[in-house]
Amino acid sequence: MARMKFLCDADRCIECNACVTACKNEHEVPWGINRRRVVTLNDGKPGERSVSMACMHCTDAPCAAVCPVDAFYTTVDAVVLHSKDICIGCGYCFYACPFGAPQYPKIGNFGSRGKMDKCTFCAGGPEADNSKEEYEKYGANRLAEGKLPLCAEMCSTKSLLAGDGDVIAKIYKARVTQRGYGSGAWGWQTAYHESIAT
Amino acid sequence: MVGILARLSTQVRLAAAPLALAVIIAMVSLVSAQQPTSVDPNAAVVSEQQMLKELNKIQGLGTIPDKKSYVLEHPAGREWREFRTVTLKWIGGIAIIGMVLVLAIFYLWRGPMRVKAGYSGVKILRFDVIERFIHWLTASTFIVLGLTGLNITFGRSLLLPILGLQAFSTWSEAAKYTHNYLSFAFTIGVVVMFLMWLGRNFPTAADVTWVKQAGGMFDKDDSTHAPAYKFNAGQKMLFWLIMMASAAMIVTGFMLLFPFYYGLNIGDMELAEVFHGVVGMLFVSLVVAHIYLGTLGMEGAFEAMSQGTVDVNWAKEHHNLWYAEEVQGGAKSRAKQAMHPAE
Repeated sequence: MARMKFLCDADRCIECNACVTACKNEHEVPWGINRRRVVTLNDGKPGERSVSMACMHCTDAPCAAVCPVDAFYTTVDAVVLHSKDICIGCGYCFYACPFGAPQYPKIGNFGSRGKMDKCTFCAGGPEADNSKEEYEKYGANRLAEGKLPLCAEMCSTKSLLAGDGDVIAKIYKARVTQRGYGSGAWGWQTAYHESIAT
Repeated sequence: MVGILARLSTQVRLAAAPLALAVIIAMVSLVSAQQPTSVDPNAAVVSEQQMLKELNKIQGLGTIPDKKSYVLEHPAGREWREFRTVTLKWIGGIAIIGMVLVLAIFYLWRGPMRVKAGYSGVKILRFDVIERFIHWLTASTFIVLGLTGLNITFGRSLLLPILGLQAFSTWSEAAKYTHNYLSFAFTIGVVVMFLMWLGRNFPTAADVTWVKQAGGMFDKDDSTHAPAYKFNAGQKMLFWLIMMASAAMIVTGFMLLFPFYYGLNIGDMELAEVFHGVVGMLFVSLVVAHIYLGTLGMEGAFEAMSQGTVDVNWAKEHHNLWYAEEVQGGAKSRAKQAMHPAE
């Protein structure tokens, strides 16, 4: 079985936000919820880099560990998903997440949070694959259709890679070898406790 | 003609001085703007590991309104995870189960503190209606807040295997909302209680004797009675501990209830949760001891908060100075009544 991962080649990201738009449109994500975002480091200075970031589908995911109601589960492809029927919107997964992935719709009074929403690696949720219920709660399930996440598919410079970790690591390695530099696989050490030796 | 020219040149000279100054300032600032301040143009591209080492998080700029999304990476969440899934459970388990065990051993060894002289049958008012209402408002909300709070830490290990995922989720969601909303009632209770009993809880000379004798708690014969006003030194310590713990719980609780408001960042939120958890566990443990002393631990004590009255012999033994005050006050008010007899 494949071990699904994201890899953002920051040396190619041009901060066009196509991944963000693709994600929002594909899953009809409501206003204020950002499953994917682009963060620019050293903006306007030498060495500026942009990184597209979403849920990294961590090995031994911290969100799943701190969840008070055990709402998370990991698929056979190592994609970290959650059940919105179980989630109580406590917000703890956001505190534990190293990547700021979990998002909450603001509902009701004070800081009341609704059920958590996050990147599903385009793999839906616990409902039947590509059912209406699944689409309404989690968005499209492209993995069930044999397709990869749309953000990476749409990436204008092929900076964002999504797929089997070994395959995308090989692609990245070849790029770094050819062009002679690379700022590394952002977040891999934190998410997967391993990086790509280049 | 010459006059006009001369006047003009004076005007030009007058205008030229500030103009020249402005040009100099502009040039200086232009030069300094071109000078690289701290950035080395030959620096290598940003490195993830280096940035993490420097700040323990990676912060950049984004294009969406959600400012907290500009934090690209924050691996400190791992330490918070360790705290929540391991450390806090140990702290809570030891504090609460430990307290129950200590009290059980104490009860078996000593038994309840009894009224040595026996009940006289004559009652005296100890807590009026307002005092009792505020006490029970705070107490009942505390118990619900405590149980719903403990559910967040221990529920997944203890309750979830019994209830199952769906039922446990339904209960936990209701518990979350109850915890959020009851916090306001608890806050009101604590604030009123603080103002109501503050004057009675400053230390006095009599408290020194009480502390030296440990309030007679370890005298199985019940013949040691340290002097005490309305509240003895132990109760005063309890009052101040409860007030400090409540203040910590209220402040951190409202931070968690209004997440990321007023510039709170993720580190602040994690810290608030840590304090809320640790103080909460110790607070529950403290209140367990308070409940023991107010019910099983001391004969005739629960009546003071349920009926509002205590037996006169109880008052004489446990709060002799307060009893003396009350008798004097009572005598005064009776004397007043005698001076102005009813028609």
